[in-house]
Amino acid sequence: MGTGTAKIKYRKQEWEVNSGMTVRAAIEKVGLDPYSVLALRNKKLINDQTIIEPGDEIKLVNVISGG
Amino acid sequence: MKCTKCGGVAVINMPQHRLKLCAEHFKEWVLSMVQRTIKRYRMFGPKDRILVAVSGGKDSLSLWDILIRLGYQTEGLYINLGITHENYSDVSQEYAEAFAAAHDAPLHIVNVRETYGQGIPDLAHTGRGKRMCSVCGLVKRHIMNRIAYEGGYAAIATGHNLDDEVAVLLQNTLHWQGGYLKRQAPVLPSTHPRLARKVKPLCHLYERETAAYALVQGIAFVEQECPYSVNAKTIFYKQILNQLERRSPGTKMQFYLGFLRAKEEGLFCLDEPEKELTWNTCRKCGQPTTAGDLCAFCRLWEKQKHPA
Ligand code: SF4
Ligand SMILES: [Zn+2]
Ligand SMILES: [Zn+2]
Repeated sequence: MGTGTAKIKYRKQEWEVNSGMTVRAAIEKVGLDPYSVLALRNKKLINDQTIIEPGDEIKLVNVISGG
Repeated sequence: MKCTKCGGVAVINMPQHRLKLCAEHFKEWVLSMVQRTIKRYRMFGPKDRILVAVSGGKDSLSLWDILIRLGYQTEGLYINLGITHENYSDVSQEYAEAFAAAHDAPLHIVNVRETYGQGIPDLAHTGRGKRMCSVCGLVKRHIMNRIAYEGGYAAIATGHNLDDEVAVLLQNTLHWQGGYLKRQAPVLPSTHPRLARKVKPLCHLYERETAAYALVQGIAFVEQECPYSVNAKTIFYKQILNQLERRSPGTKMQFYLGFLRAKEEGLFCLDEPEKELTWNTCRKCGQPTTAGDLCAFCRLWEKQKHPA
């Protein structure tokens, strides 16, 4: 696991978070609702209990649409 | 987090089904869930030709993908609404076209501005303050019915998921819209030979599941939202429902399935007699209408020509 930081991207926003936490914790930390997004790492879907590794780039995809 | 079926790495957790699944088992599960839904509500069979209404978004493209994989005969319909803000309609069309090309599947495209002279935003602005989405809904329904009738399809399939349905259900319940509650269903039967039967094969899947399906299948879909949906009440209701879901997994599913069951058992048996609809034929487009001699769609365009 080690220490370090990782990037979280959502639409046009980007945050830096510490590695070692779960994806779900990171989603909550940046102020998003874990129910409204899914997380991708290297274009692959990952579950929200996945531990974030240093240098990860996690892309969040919105899953709630209106209309 | 491990896959309940094989012990591999799970990509999704679905507490309401007590399932955690890896990508392969999740794809399998989605296909069998949709197949069961189609059978359970007798939506259509393998010999029927189905018109899939695609928007370029995750739900409708997942739906098309699933129906193709299940071996159904499908063709797509993309309606370009002429929404130019951030190129929304053209960008969405590209996703629909790319999917169709990759799957070698026929896609019909109707461009509202090219066909009728104006896109939805222009039409709604002059349409006596009618809200964008209601004009848009009217135009889409008309075009879907026209294409389905001309092509002789057995049904139109739309990508409505359980969250869409349950958001509508909550709104209709809060306002005690008896008539709407009575009609809300996975299958909307045809009420006239020129009005298509409509089916919602994804109605048992949560929205995050249809999105996850698109992601694990590698389906590229438009991520931007229609600019007019930003303030849509639907999103607000969906968020509230997700808060309930978080406290108690399965709430959305139970609310929806319980509603359908209650209806089957006659709990919503409103006393109002089924009104016999008297149909007129629109003198302009030939579609049936319960109003005068022009249907609501054609009246919309008439107003454009003769503004009050
Ligand atoms: S949000 Fe409204 S205007 Fe946009 S596509 Fe949906 S119904 Fe049409
Ligand atoms: Zn598995
Ligand atoms: Zn008409």
